[in-house]
Amino acid sequence: MPNVTFIEHDGTVHTVEAELGATVMETALKNDVSSIVAECGGGCTCATCMVYVDDAWSALVGPPSADEEYQLDSAFEVKPTSRLSCQIKITEALDGLVVRTPAYQGR
Amino acid sequence: MSDTIKTDVLIIGAGPVGLFAVFELGLLDIKTHLVDILDKVGGQCAELYPEKPIYDIPGIPLITGHGLSEALMEQIKPFHPTFHLGEMVTTIENIGDPLFRVTTDTGKTFECKSVVIAAGGGSFQPKRPPIAGIEPYEDKSVFYAVRKMENFRGKDIMIVGGGDSALDWTLNLQPIAKRLTLVHRRDDFRGAPDSVNKMRALVAAGAMDLRIGQVSELEGADGQLNAASIKDKDGAVTRVACDAMLPFFGLTMKLGPVAGWGLEMDGELVKVDVSTFETNRPGIFAIGDINTYPGKLKLILSGFHEGALMSQKVHHYVHPEKRLVFQYTTSSTSLQKKLGVA
Repeated sequence: MPNVTFIEHDGTVHTVEAELGATVMETALKNDVSSIVAECGGGCTCATCMVYVDDAWSALVGPPSADEEYQLDSAFEVKPTSRLSCQIKITEALDGLVVRTPAYQGR
Repeated sequence: MSDTIKTDVLIIGAGPVGLFAVFELGLLDIKTHLVDILDKVGGQCAELYPEKPIYDIPGIPLITGHGLSEALMEQIKPFHPTFHLGEMVTTIENIGDPLFRVTTDTGKTFECKSVVIAAGGGSFQPKRPPIAGIEPYEDKSVFYAVRKMENFRGKDIMIVGGGDSALDWTLNLQPIAKRLTLVHRRDDFRGAPDSVNKMRALVAAGAMDLRIGQVSELEGADGQLNAASIKDKDGAVTRVACDAMLPFFGLTMKLGPVAGWGLEMDGELVKVDVSTFETNRPGIFAIGDINTYPGKLKLILSGFHEGALMSQKVHHYVHPEKRLVFQYTTSSTSLQKKLGVA
């Protein structure tokens, strides 16, 4: 199974196994990455699961959809590498993915 | 003070579980009023996933959040519930055995024999931007809602956000502002196209300012703002005069006043008895996502079940003189009369 590394704002690092086809958000919740809130449960409607995709992975992960970009309008400290983790699906190609989490998800 | 509204049961929360509670209580001749902080019914189904499919409502292979809310409204129509939307319950006071006086943040008062908390994840409240030192300005010069437009007349107003709330208030307040600045993180707006066009026309005519970036710093004293700094995507900072700010970043769920009602809690969840869904305060019940008990699952269908069982105990408080005979809607003429189908 592919590995994903979450680096939380406070420096806590979680390197975890992710199920193929699951989202990065689901992977975070399964592994107690507490800075991913995911209030809406993966519906791309709350912007509380934002991550910063590591620069080395940003191109491969790709940009947000128009819908997701709109949701990012209600997130904070949005950067060019910001994505909602519920909208990134784990593939073999993302084995080794590194994402960072923000200090604040709006709640 | 306004007149007290008397009802059998006050339901806090008009999400799917609160709505179905109207049905179960209604079958037992129990009248209901509902209060919800949102300006619409449906709770999370309406606010978070109106268009998303739900696959686990028994007997309904697929329905959207909006569809489920609509269907429940149709189902509870025979019981004529009264809705109080855009309000938040703040206090629940015991005034009898059991009899409660419940008040809302708009000053409404209810008197009821039981209270049913069906508040889901708590109350939807505006997201607060993480700007260092914003707290002292809140409710003095930083507002998350416009209560009285007049309070903004002649001010340097900064509105932050890119959705319909930000655009609507930009258009409403621009004529009375000294100067209005709209701040959004990107030069693309997903609000109603007509509002976007009107806003762009005002900017083109020099009647307001649009700045692309994120608010990074506030300046002022004693709760009164006088300027805000805006950082653009290249990191350049611009200082803009402003004495009132309105950030619109959508809503998030907070437990809110529930924490202060003297209920036994497990974290942010209300502990209940599993046969009645009553809390430690007799006459106050909690159903749906807000409660917890051994084996609890946060499913809409579990909330429906909890509502049915809760109603049996509520009947005991509302109609203590009447014996409760268990009946089926399929065969009971008396239930069918209540539903208007017999």
